Amino acid sequence: MNRISMKALAVFVSCGFVFAALASNGCSRASANSITLAGSTAFQPFAEKLAERYGETHKDVQINVQGGGSAVGIQSALSGAAQIGMADLLELPPEAAALKSTVVARDGIAIVVNPVNSIKALTIDQARDVFSGKVANWKDLGGSDSPIHVISREEGSGTRRSFDKLVLVGAKLAPSALFQNSTGTVRQAVASDPTAIGYVSIGLVNDKVKALTYNGVPANDTNVKNGSYPLARPIFLLTKGEPSPQTKAFLDYMLSDEAQKTLEKEGLIAAK
Amino acid sequence: MDRFISKLLFIAACSSIAILALIALFIFKEGVPIIIRSGLGHFLFGRIWSPLEGQFGILPFIIGSLWVTAGALILGVPLGVACAVFLAEFAPARLAAVLKPAIELLAGIPSVVYGFLGVMWLAPIIRVHLGGPGLSILAASCVLAIMILPTIVGVSIDAIHAVPRSYKEGSLALGATEWQTAWRVILPAARSGILAGVILGMGRAVGETMAVIMISGNATQIPHSILDSVRTLTANIAIEMGYAVGDHREALFATGIVLFFFIMALNTVALRVARRRF
Amino acid sequence: MRIPPSITQKIAKISLTLACASAVAALVFVIGFVLVGGLKHVTWAFLTEPILDMGRAGGILPAIVGTILMVFVAIGIAAPLGIASAIYLAEYTQEGKVTQTIRFGINCLAGVPSIIFGLFGFILFVVMLGFGWSIISGGLSLAAMVLPTIIRTAEEAMRAVPRNYRDVAASLGATRWQVVTRAVLPYALPGVLTGVILGIGRSIEETAVVIFTAGSAVQMPRSLFDSARTMSVHFYILAREGISNDNAYATAAVLICTILVINITAYTMMHRLMRGRRAA
Repeated sequence: MNRISMKALAVFVSCGFVFAALASNGCSRASANSITLAGSTAFQPFAEKLAERYGETHKDVQINVQGGGSAVGIQSALSGAAQIGMADLLELPPEAAALKSTVVARDGIAIVVNPVNSIKALTIDQARDVFSGKVANWKDLGGSDSPIHVISREEGSGTRRSFDKLVLVGAKLAPSALFQNSTGTVRQAVASDPTAIGYVSIGLVNDKVKALTYNGVPANDTNVKNGSYPLARPIFLLTKGEPSPQTKAFLDYMLSDEAQKTLEKEGLIAAK
Repeated sequence: MDRFISKLLFIAACSSIAILALIALFIFKEGVPIIIRSGLGHFLFGRIWSPLEGQFGILPFIIGSLWVTAGALILGVPLGVACAVFLAEFAPARLAAVLKPAIELLAGIPSVVYGFLGVMWLAPIIRVHLGGPGLSILAASCVLAIMILPTIVGVSIDAIHAVPRSYKEGSLALGATEWQTAWRVILPAARSGILAGVILGMGRAVGETMAVIMISGNATQIPHSILDSVRTLTANIAIEMGYAVGDHREALFATGIVLFFFIMALNTVALRVARRRF
Repeated sequence: MRIPPSITQKIAKISLTLACASAVAALVFVIGFVLVGGLKHVTWAFLTEPILDMGRAGGILPAIVGTILMVFVAIGIAAPLGIASAIYLAEYTQEGKVTQTIRFGINCLAGVPSIIFGLFGFILFVVMLGFGWSIISGGLSLAAMVLPTIIRTAEEAMRAVPRNYRDVAASLGATRWQVVTRAVLPYALPGVLTGVILGIGRSIEETAVVIFTAGSAVQMPRSLFDSARTMSVHFYILAREGISNDNAYATAAVLICTILVINITAYTMMHRLMRGRRAA
């Protein structure tokens, strides 16, 4: 055997070993000090924020925040892929019965249009008609003569399910609706299209989009809190069985006054 | 020792097949039950996708994929072949030596960057000047056309270079111009190679996901014009996977099966075509 | 009416030049747009700081580390496996049923869309093997994706090695393995490396597979079993969610510079190796 061939062989064999070692290591799942949260993309940015804050004082704990969606939140909490599942639904589906659920915050849903749009308010019926495609031109609502581009979340999203229940009430979404798969992208799409209409978390409303008053009530935190603005849903944290000490500590942190204040500042409504 | 190495290498060589088999196995295991339950015909030709109400028709997405891919080819193939002919036959050697790798560089740019530029720049132009929501078949086709350009150019140049020199010399000696030579002699001779490149590009267009999600608007209805928003098979999987459970998730894997067959068929055709050397 | 050939020649030449110019213009536009929008926000701090406030503030260090680790895992697995496959196909066997089957497998794998690799990696690595959303899951899925590219390029490079190299080595009493490592591989090296570099490029630019298998955590990964995002994913999320256009452009600029550097290095390296060989 010459030198090069020995070396090449050594590389092959060691690669094999590394692979085998990694594979066997995988079953015992990495660092015990890591907590994974997965689920609702609506709550994901807020969870990341809290994890960032928490990490400043708890350097030994690694907190992974994953999106995926509310359904993934429930699934991964059930399967153990995540220690904490996140879901933003009006009511939890039956399969979540095995999980312990805690409401961490409430989130309002604002109907948004492009800032150049002259429309400022929608009644309950108008909102339903627009999103179901019955009214397809802004002039029917007193706006400019241009087609309405409805932008919705995709089928299965927690925000979408809540919106369907609260606004569409049995009617079907307009067949021509465009879909974006997170609230941030809905905002982005509405911000770039003068004739678009969509819905996002109240916390995400910024100067690039305009929130409409719904049934005469402006979409803001105060109105969600006092119950006069009806478009809101709870955000659940889901755990299976008895959480580990680390998980419990982080859960407690998320419900602490400090964290709740952070959430309020970021645009959610505190659970308490 | 040599025998041992030979065995080792053989095992390595089989890994591709093993991976392919695993992929097929998993996708089929997850996706086939829902196809059986809702019926292949209903699945493939159903016009309504409403997974929460148990309606899994993916016809709009099949049509969407076809539209977007066809659009990309209509825009990308003439441009790509023209580039290849120019670089292989007309451009000075020095220029070609710089431009060929530059165009191949287009392939290295992340698809999400193309998608983003399409959203920021192309979609508003289409919306303002042509109407519709901007995020449309046309926009997606334009973005994909640029994405598949390097594939078509690269493979076509190789095909043109593979044409024996004597063909060209003979034609020129008979008094044909360079263009006549390129059009009547070289292109027909390089036909199968170029076609293989086109089919490869087609595969890339069908398979592209993230850029398409960003630029196509993802509506679930069957499009009526190229200014309508559309959803492709790949986009359907990527958009809804996050929230899907139960039947809904299986239906997305089933969408993957359809995509898998689509691509396999394309590859088989490409392989046949490429093998048919002139 | 017939147009004289000299005129068609001119028209053709002009339109072909225009076609090529527009393709190059597209390239310049894409790269220019990103670099102009992004480079002014790229600072040393941007490259070395953690991602803060979902990407609105801070830098992209975790994404850079995530990218490097994921590419490392992917190539660390795909390169040995791919080169070994290529050696087998090019040097250790005759064409027949077996190689035909293997080649068919490679070709099919090469055509499989990335989203399917994402689904596959999610089911196998993330869920079944319990790796979770992690660098290792992402790397393994990417390895499966780039494997055919590496095999094809390496095999082509080995087939291009002149017959007499092997004959001479074999006539000197070298075993087959020695022929491969001492005569074939050194000659085929530029080609083999091209394949590996193509693989690196594809791993860096891929988004769909990574989101499905490695998740999108913003923290600095501490082990290969932690979730991480690559620069492509970070860009995708920033741009799509409209979190911060400045940082999105800056990330894209870093990404494109990386790809430019990789491509140019690869190209010049290949050039030098080829020239060196011709001189020898």
